[in-house]
Amino acid sequence: MTDKKTRTLFIVPYLLWIILFVILPMLLILWYSLTDSSHHFTLNNFVQFFRNGIFLRMMLNSFWYAFLITLVTLLISYPAAYFLTRVKNSQIWLLLIILPTWINLLLKAYAFIGIFSNGGLFNQFLHLFGIGPVNFLFTDFAFIFVATYIEIPFMILPIYSAIKDINPAVVQASEDLGASRWQTFKYILWPLSWPGVESGIQAIFIPSLSLFMLTRLIGGNRVITLGTAIEEYFMTTMNWNMGATIGVVLIFLMVVVMLITGRKRRRKKVNL
Amino acid sequence: MKKIIWSIICVLLACAGLGYLSYRLQKPSVEAKKQNLIIYNWGDYLDPNLITKFEKQTGYHVVYETFDSNEAMYTKIKQGGTAYDITVPSDYMVSKMKKAHLLDKIDRDKIPNLKYIGTSFLKKSFDPNNDYSIPYFWGTLGIVYNDKYIKKGSITSWNDLWRKKYRRQILLIDSARDAMGLSLASMGYSMNSTNNLKLKLAQTKLNGLGNNIKAIIADEMKMYMIQNEAAIGVTWSGEAHEMMESNSHLHYVIPKPASNLWFDNLVIPKTAKNKKAAYEFINFMLEPENAAQNAKYIGYATPNTAAQKLLPKKTRNDRQFYPSAKTLSHLQVYQDLGNKVTQEYNDLFLEFKMYAR
Repeated sequence: MTDKKTRTLFIVPYLLWIILFVILPMLLILWYSLTDSSHHFTLNNFVQFFRNGIFLRMMLNSFWYAFLITLVTLLISYPAAYFLTRVKNSQIWLLLIILPTWINLLLKAYAFIGIFSNGGLFNQFLHLFGIGPVNFLFTDFAFIFVATYIEIPFMILPIYSAIKDINPAVVQASEDLGASRWQTFKYILWPLSWPGVESGIQAIFIPSLSLFMLTRLIGGNRVITLGTAIEEYFMTTMNWNMGATIGVVLIFLMVVVMLITGRKRRRKKVNL
Repeated sequence: MKKIIWSIICVLLACAGLGYLSYRLQKPSVEAKKQNLIIYNWGDYLDPNLITKFEKQTGYHVVYETFDSNEAMYTKIKQGGTAYDITVPSDYMVSKMKKAHLLDKIDRDKIPNLKYIGTSFLKKSFDPNNDYSIPYFWGTLGIVYNDKYIKKGSITSWNDLWRKKYRRQILLIDSARDAMGLSLASMGYSMNSTNNLKLKLAQTKLNGLGNNIKAIIADEMKMYMIQNEAAIGVTWSGEAHEMMESNSHLHYVIPKPASNLWFDNLVIPKTAKNKKAAYEFINFMLEPENAAQNAKYIGYATPNTAAQKLLPKKTRNDRQFYPSAKTLSHLQVYQDLGNKVTQEYNDLFLEFKMYAR
């Protein structure tokens, strides 16, 4: 009896936290998106969102950049994570990968501004080969490069632990039975490490949809995502209702992404 | 488990120590004086020596807080958390705050030094009788260019920005009113146009500038222009002045045919608790000697004609920052266009940013 009571007591701070800082704000956003500036109920914000071409295009843009960032990150992280499971001092290597996340994001962004600028490291290097200053800053390349750099640790870690959990005997068995390296990867490694890949994708794709600090500092506002629009509606025009509407759509999209990536895993389990 | 508890204790102790320290540091400043004057101003927009001088002269204690945009300031004043006695909105924000009943009416009799302000800076459209605002600094919207990349004197009008050879050279200020405004002005329309068709036209023309734009940014522009990162920047005169202090290759022009004339103004919000001090402070700042010292420190143009005379000749005759009467007559002050049209400006600008590639 008392045991049950203490258990409910333990859950109180968590519940309070969730209600105050997760559920209430979400309801507030929803409420704002369903009202106009004089607090009357309206669906007009949503109608405007889907009828106005800009928002749809911005949505596609956000998706496209988030997709590119996730893809590049995955392409770099998967081999890296695999490599980490095979080396001796993997703890040190892991520490080296985590280390940059201790540095403030803004500082890293400013460091990259220095690296990409006309007199920066990149251009000094190119100068050695006689290639004149190339404009890196404020390009799609720079934006995706920096975003990838920042996201890599969050992709490597889950994949690393997923691969590490695979019983080496399974891989050996597949090799003994004459599977090629590609077949081993395709039928053994990849499906078994999928949960790690999935949480990596979720940890990167979803926040990438609404990046706005980087689009501004590194993209020079030439890359526009839904995050930029939200910031503009809340801070500049103070049209909180439209800003909240974009927020609601973004949350909805994120849920969809979670569902899609989540369902695949379930099917896999049934197949096994 | 023990380890965890120890580390938690360590963190808590460190937090408590730091908290106590900051409390100790703040305490004397709050306790010592009986009366505070709380000023809410733009960052780095007042010579700190003047605050000390004011405190010595009057015995008030000045609490100085800063903001970085009119909108942020508006939100904070509206919420009313702190009883600010003085704040410094720009022109269109004065009328917006006035409409929202956030400003206290100013009793001009209590500010005898108002006589030092030039008549051309009074009775502007955003506050026709100066019932609510006293001009603090003023300036223009214009073009900064670097003579390393661009021949001196080759840029004189807004239309010059559209030249093909400036591909990916221009840093544009991230502000809907200014970007749309320069496009409107380049076609000879008013920078306060509300006509939907004219705005659409302005946006179409702006889209044509897309190829020349390197980035659309705000405060960072200063750094880039100083480091010779871009050839051209569209920005406000005050910002330009700061850039030019650090890079002698930069020059500022007020483009033809028209541009924006802006004012930052001292106002007293309704929430003010210490109005007497607020009046004394405004009067103090209008004292020619103080106004001149402030203008020297900040580098913006002062509307205080008596103070202008105290400035070095080189400064007050600098046509870049104290334009001639003829240029002045072409300049337009932004009006508050109401929520609907402001939204339209911003939507069109966002659309431009979206498609300008």
